[in-house]
Amino acid sequence: MRILVTVKHTPDLQSQRSFTEGAVTRTAEDGSMNELDENAVEAALQLIEAAGEGEVYALTVGGADAVAAVRKALQLGAHHAIHVSDEAIAGSDVFGTATVIAAAVRKVHAEAPLDLVVTGMAALDGLTSMLPTALAAELDWSQLTLASGLTVADGEATIIRHLPDARETVSAPLPAVVSVTDEANTPRYPNFKLIMAARKAPVATWSLAELDLDPSAVGASAARTTVVDASERPPRANRQVVTDTGDGGTALADFLVERGLV
Amino acid sequence: MSVAVLIEHHGGQISRPSFEALTLARTLGTPVAVWLGEEPPADAVAQLGEYGAAEVRVAAIGDDARLPAKAATAVAAASADSSVLLVISTFVNKEIVTRVAMSTGAGVVVDAAGAELVDGRVETTQTVFAATWDVRTRIETDRAIVGIRPNTTQAAPAPTAGDATVVGVDVPLPETRERLASVEAVPEEDGVPLAEAPVVVSGGRGTGGDYTLIREFADLLGGAVGASRDATDEGWISHEHMVGQTGTTVTPALYVACGISGAVHHRGGMQASGTIVAINLDPDAPIFEISDFGVVGSLFDVIPQAIERIKQSRES
Ligand SMILES: Cc1cc2nc3c(=O)[nH]c(=O)nc-3n(C[C@H](O)[C@H](O)[C@H](O)COP(=O)(O)OP(=O)(O)OC[C@H]3O[C@@H](n4cnc5c(N)ncnc54)[C@H](O)[C@@H]3O)c2cc1C
Ligand SMILES: Cc1cc2nc3c(=O)[nH]c(=O)nc-3n(C[C@H](O)[C@H](O)[C@H](O)COP(=O)(O)OP(=O)(O)OC[C@H]3O[C@@H](n4cnc5c(N)ncnc54)[C@H](O)[C@@H]3O)c2cc1C
Repeated sequence: MRILVTVKHTPDLQSQRSFTEGAVTRTAEDGSMNELDENAVEAALQLIEAAGEGEVYALTVGGADAVAAVRKALQLGAHHAIHVSDEAIAGSDVFGTATVIAAAVRKVHAEAPLDLVVTGMAALDGLTSMLPTALAAELDWSQLTLASGLTVADGEATIIRHLPDARETVSAPLPAVVSVTDEANTPRYPNFKLIMAARKAPVATWSLAELDLDPSAVGASAARTTVVDASERPPRANRQVVTDTGDGGTALADFLVERGLV
Repeated sequence: MSVAVLIEHHGGQISRPSFEALTLARTLGTPVAVWLGEEPPADAVAQLGEYGAAEVRVAAIGDDARLPAKAATAVAAASADSSVLLVISTFVNKEIVTRVAMSTGAGVVVDAAGAELVDGRVETTQTVFAATWDVRTRIETDRAIVGIRPNTTQAAPAPTAGDATVVGVDVPLPETRERLASVEAVPEEDGVPLAEAPVVVSGGRGTGGDYTLIREFADLLGGAVGASRDATDEGWISHEHMVGQTGTTVTPALYVACGISGAVHHRGGMQASGTIVAINLDPDAPIFEISDFGVVGSLFDVIPQAIERIKQSRES
């Protein structure tokens, strides 16, 4: 079984960050692999372990610091790492990003067919949750998204989809794009041997030229949306914290009454 | 200008966020309601008219609406002559609009808190990075798709009702590789759905698994019950109640966090709420950093007293 996992480099949500010219500014030590992509890597590893054979490719698209995301995937047990990086990609919207990822997937698929692409259900920075669908549509592969459970048998993948109104079971033939939720599994911790090996493991770095992509099809100029203004929200004004010494509930109720919330 | 609005409905009942979306749509142009699934009942059509829908485009595709590729084909056909498509920002709708955008070239913003026309383009406002930043985004394309969060527009009927003319949308659906093997309905609970609720009272690990007080408080305030992931993981309460980045994002007028520490994943799903109140034993709990009012104390002491006091104040 051959599986490609997409892993995004995301800023540490607890750290300070800023927007400049509509893009997110971050420093090299700020950030790692998107947490939900750990669930994606885990899902892929479990599938090949169950199959008793297979290879996992980790792919990231992003600037120089994004390589940290595929290194993390190698530490967890991915076999190959690909970093797509090109100045022309900066400022891409979901559709530009999907175009780039799809081109990289096709390149790997052409070497030897892939069975699955596994992604996280959302990147905890952009959080659009649109990329997996865009990728499935772009590749014209089966779309199995928001999986809280995943099984593969007889050339078919089956997922459990937990929606607010229903629990769906959806099946589709391979190759498929599967996005997983944090309920799908519990990601493993990297072991020492893999951490050491990941340091030296080669990472393939591809530019748009290697993907036969026209730079004007991606990046800020092709983006269908532009951030025109961004500002950090001020902290809440007039915050109050009281310690309950017997009348905390009364104080809380009075606050709600005062605000007209009851 | 025609503004298509994808209506959310359940058992023929229209959800409250749909009326909010129709209200917002009227500020952008003439709303056209798009209805997927079963045929809409007459009273639903009448309500859509009250909120300004000029037409109700019905794609009676039944359960096929559950497959994003089929739903997207129907929505694209029903909104083909609209330059703006508004949907409620749910995970399923994000999938549908992604495919609509792939086939039409539209630009998309999801999780928006508002939308307006500026120089002929749609501009949206949204909060990002766990609701710590406000951004304004311009959609540069001729067709714009906006996913709007519940509770961000005050729903109001139109000054003059729309005709709500029912028009059937007859569109051949594509064959999809995806096949629904089973659909198991989640039992409906009484009360307001979490995402739409004007008040949310949430309990976390600090409840120790007992949601009696949380439910009582939520009922008193006319709200819905929420939970942290630790609580849903423990099986104390069902997954549908989980608030946070990977659960439901809520923006109620009032959010009450009881026995919840305020992990970044949780905050990302509630930080944009109007007023935030927290009850926690630990004075250093991060939830207090984003609360308008906090009580350092046990929820088992604080909630019953608050309930009594609110009842008293209502009586007087
Ligand atoms: C704050 C913010 C707001 C944005 N708003 C919009 C918007 O409204 N409209 C729009 O079109 N674009 C928007 N973007 C741009 C968009 O987020 C990026 O193009 C992004 O790479 C894809 O979307 P996502 O991060 O939302 O991914 P999601 O769809 O949330 O991510 C799902 C999964 O896709 C994979 N993935 C996503 N990006 C990458 C990557 N670069 N490399 C490898 N794997 C990846 C990961 O496995 C991830 O778990 C926004 C970006 C930010 C930071
Ligand atoms: C990828 C990923 C996604 C996640 N997504 C989500 C998400 O969407 N939503 C979510 O909620 N979490 C999510 N989490 C989990 C999150 O990181 C936290 O672990 C979780 O929110 C903690 O839940 P909690 O606050 O109930 O528990 P704890 O952090 O254990 O906090 C319990 C609190 O209760 C207080 N307490 C104890 N007893 C009492 C009492 N009698 N009265 C008052 N206070 C009391 C304690 O002081 C403590 O602050 C995610 C994690 C990951 C890795």
